[in-house]
Amino acid sequence: MTKIDYEKVGLLVGLEIHQQLDTRSKLFCNCPTISREDNPDFVFLRRLRPTQSELGKIDPAALFEFQKGRVHVYENYDDTVCLVEQDEEPPHPLDSEAIDIALEVALLLDSQPVDEIQVMRKIVIDGSNTTGFQRTLIIAFGGALEAEGKTIPIQAICLEEDAARKISEEKSQIRWRLDRLGIPLIEIATGPAMRNPEEVVAVALRLGQILRVTGKVKRGLGTIRQDINVSIKGGAIIEIKGVQKLNLISNIVKYEVQRQLALLAIRDELQQRSVKASKIKNKIHDVTPLFQRCTSKVIRGALKRKEGIFALVLPGFATLVGRELQPGRRLGTELADYARFWADVKGLFHTDELPKYGITSEEVEKLRTHLKVSRKDAVILVAAEEESARAALKAVANRAKEALKGVPVETRGPLQDGTTKFARPRPGAARMYPETDVAPVTITEKRLERIRNQLPEMPEQKLQKFREVFGLSDELAQVMIRSLRIDLFEEIAIKHADVAITAAATLESTWRSLDREGVEVEKIPEDQILIIFDKLVEGRFAKEAIPEILTWLASKPNQTIDGAIKALNLGGLTREELVVIIDDIVEENQSMIRERQKRALGPLMGLVMKQVRGRVDGKVVSELLNMAIQKYLK
Amino acid sequence: MLKAVKPPFPLKAVIDMTKQDPEGYLGAARTSMEKAGVKVGDRVRIETLQSTFEGIIIPRAEIGSDDQHLVVKLDNGYNLGIRVMHIKRLKRVAKGAPVKPELPTTSIKTKRGLPWISILSTGGTIASRVDYRTGAVNPALSAEDLYTVVPELGDLVNIRAEVLFSLLSEDIQPSHWTELAKRVAKHLSESEGVVVAHGTDTLGYTSAALSFALQDIPHPVVLTGAQRSSDRPSSDAALNLTSAVIGAAHGPFAEVVIAMHRTPDDTSIALHRGTKVRKCHTSRRDAFQTINADLLGEVIDGQVQMLAKPSNYRSRDSKRQLRLQPEFDAKVALLKSTPGIIDDHLDILIDRRYHGIVFEGTGLGHLPQSLLPSVERAQEEGITLVMTSQCIWGRVQMRVYRTGVELVQRGVIPLEDMLPETAYVKLMWVLGQTQNPDEIRACMLKNIAGEITDNTRRSQFQETMSE
Repeated sequence: MTKIDYEKVGLLVGLEIHQQLDTRSKLFCNCPTISREDNPDFVFLRRLRPTQSELGKIDPAALFEFQKGRVHVYENYDDTVCLVEQDEEPPHPLDSEAIDIALEVALLLDSQPVDEIQVMRKIVIDGSNTTGFQRTLIIAFGGALEAEGKTIPIQAICLEEDAARKISEEKSQIRWRLDRLGIPLIEIATGPAMRNPEEVVAVALRLGQILRVTGKVKRGLGTIRQDINVSIKGGAIIEIKGVQKLNLISNIVKYEVQRQLALLAIRDELQQRSVKASKIKNKIHDVTPLFQRCTSKVIRGALKRKEGIFALVLPGFATLVGRELQPGRRLGTELADYARFWADVKGLFHTDELPKYGITSEEVEKLRTHLKVSRKDAVILVAAEEESARAALKAVANRAKEALKGVPVETRGPLQDGTTKFARPRPGAARMYPETDVAPVTITEKRLERIRNQLPEMPEQKLQKFREVFGLSDELAQVMIRSLRIDLFEEIAIKHADVAITAAATLESTWRSLDREGVEVEKIPEDQILIIFDKLVEGRFAKEAIPEILTWLASKPNQTIDGAIKALNLGGLTREELVVIIDDIVEENQSMIRERQKRALGPLMGLVMKQVRGRVDGKVVSELLNMAIQKYLK
Repeated sequence: MLKAVKPPFPLKAVIDMTKQDPEGYLGAARTSMEKAGVKVGDRVRIETLQSTFEGIIIPRAEIGSDDQHLVVKLDNGYNLGIRVMHIKRLKRVAKGAPVKPELPTTSIKTKRGLPWISILSTGGTIASRVDYRTGAVNPALSAEDLYTVVPELGDLVNIRAEVLFSLLSEDIQPSHWTELAKRVAKHLSESEGVVVAHGTDTLGYTSAALSFALQDIPHPVVLTGAQRSSDRPSSDAALNLTSAVIGAAHGPFAEVVIAMHRTPDDTSIALHRGTKVRKCHTSRRDAFQTINADLLGEVIDGQVQMLAKPSNYRSRDSKRQLRLQPEFDAKVALLKSTPGIIDDHLDILIDRRYHGIVFEGTGLGHLPQSLLPSVERAQEEGITLVMTSQCIWGRVQMRVYRTGVELVQRGVIPLEDMLPETAYVKLMWVLGQTQNPDEIRACMLKNIAGEITDNTRRSQFQETMSE
């Protein structure tokens, strides 16, 4: 795809950052704000009903969920989840620590706190909240932040309860874990003011920095999530929800623009072909007999289960269904997303991709003849039980009709590579009403004054401290200030100033290269990383061993550093032991030393390090080796 | 559902929004609204020192909130309070539209072959609808409302709906039991079962009252309520209500029962005998527990499953002639014995000429020795004295300790394994039927509606129940 001129396409992006706060207790109860991976103690089962006044203008996805009769199973821990999360007890008063942190962020962003907080219930009936609503409240309005020399307006800052964690999803039930439900989340929404992917990344980074300087936000994967609203001229405002990785943002924006442009091009092409919505019939054909001898695995499986093969004609759609919208995702993929969302089917075939998957060209021809369609038309096939297949193809027809209008308004979810996938229809206007079980909270001038007087250092001030107090180079200080692990760095640097540089290098360059190699460094608990530096300072191992230790711990997150030291044979060498090793190597390589003189240091260093890496500091090795060579040469 | 959780603001405020009073606003807030000619429901623009807001003025809870803030609903759905002190300008942008339910109501079609069930409401919101424009929660009470809110009902039964009272359950009085009993009796002559929707706080008292007032009923009378208000998607109201209706329509029993969640799951709805049930938790869905007896049955997957043997309940029989005995004597008190209780507590009741006193004694049924003279005085005044235990589980036995024997000597009647609340209701009812001391005693000791059982079983204690 050619380079996109973002200005020309009229790109506008808004960000909504959701960041978990590191409070002692949850927003509406006194349970701790911790995630758990051990087996839950018990489960209970619930159903959620769309509430009455939503009928008529009801959220169609929610109604659909309800009609499917899907149940929600909630996983609990006796000691860290209480009746509030279980929706078995009214909420406790708003957590004042969370309000303080949110106010702090508001003040850092020049946002205007509200006079009196009113807690609202926002209806969410996908099961992620046991109540069927999310408690949310506006804490401040307006404000701005600077990024890349541009001023980006802040619309509002809210506090809300985090949702339950989805553990699994099946046809008949969704499993959720209640550890996350109720953790305070701060939500910062910017205006739609960013005009290219780089700006979006810069704003996300800057917001992240500001949140982290408070030192009161949670760290690690899943504790920060971004919703990105992307629109272009003539397209639609598409919300991409739940982006967890910062490095995806740029691609997400780029791919969404690509997608919208491609959809607009498809629309124009369809117009040229004079395809009208009325031509897309909801007529679904049973074409099972045509595929009796088909060798396709999917089709044979379906026939074996006594299901059927059903077809829908999309007149004038030939070649367009196969058109790529995003890398690896075609219009056909979007049709399949809809089919899977609205019906219990695994996927679909379309004639733009056939013959393939064991379906022969003869079979495609027979299909075309049978349906009396021309080469200009596309045919969609679904192999499934009849009712599901019909529901799936109906959803496909609806989505195809949207293609005539351009970009359908919807909520999308991010995939690994920054492409996105249909998540659900865009909910209508938020359905909110007061949470009367929680008293409003007046924000007093006195409280604001107290917070104002204790505002944390802004990133610029920290930068200075990193350079001057911790001795980081300009470059490293810059990197650290943007780092997701800035708090962790400060914690280590304050405790062990002499290894601050090593800590910074470890938390950034080492971290990232390990991450690239596929080491799941994110999985190592932070307190373990702190201990690594304690032990480093104790001289238990050399700093060269850190990558090895991290790699080992990442695969065994429940093991200790001592375990790593032992397993990796990192027990530090004494100077005497080192001297013996060096002497041996010098003796074995006498000819080389004679030949290369002082330049033998390099190759010999490699030989020594091979034996002692991680057990002793390379600087010491080089020093002693140099001395030994000098001595020999004399 | 009824009352379940407090309404967001006094219901009156919601309903009267059309009158556009400055609902809930007092003092400074009210003055500022009056000065600007702004009423609740109006769309306003508010300029404060720092910002400008536009939104709808929302009623304010009169109780528990100050008079320093105006509450505005913004277009993004959020409410916020704006300090009157900070307001530079308050201006009406548009007059408030009267609040009226915007929902289509389902018209009722009688379905042949489906049983007729009556649903009587005693107050609050058996079901409700939320107006997201203002955030108001409005009750849905008529049969049409019920069909609209819980459409499954239409597939189950034909409904006769009647709104009897609009009372929070804590405000229900013995006189309401009388009225309710009369209406239930009337409906039992027309319908194949009656469902009573009721706040949960005093649901157990009302179920006991109906158990005594309605003798020899031909069909089930099922009381139900909700622990989570019906405006929320997770409410237990709809499942409790549909299960109560299924119980009333298809239950093989002709008893007064309470239908509420059996566990925290939306799976099984327990059917508790009306005289053996108590609200044992302030907030859980399964707050109601059968005490000193076995669960009568449950409604699971839309079916009534009886857990008690047919010999342990009265069977449905449309030919059975109902006897209505709805009188209650309200001059009865329930007195809990505590360390520190003094004879004053009892003397006041004697002086005020109470007709009956239910003791919630300690342990097997005891009061402090120091109260014995007053007990004796009460007996001399002809006051009926009965004993239950504050242990909740178990049976009183007043021969084991000397105090018990002394109380019995002074005329205190030990009420076996009867719940204190049930004993309280029963004594009111018995005194409403007769003044003859011998009859009163005999009646109190006779099992009339399952309130006394012969044996106390191991499995009936809470700890063993959860095993």
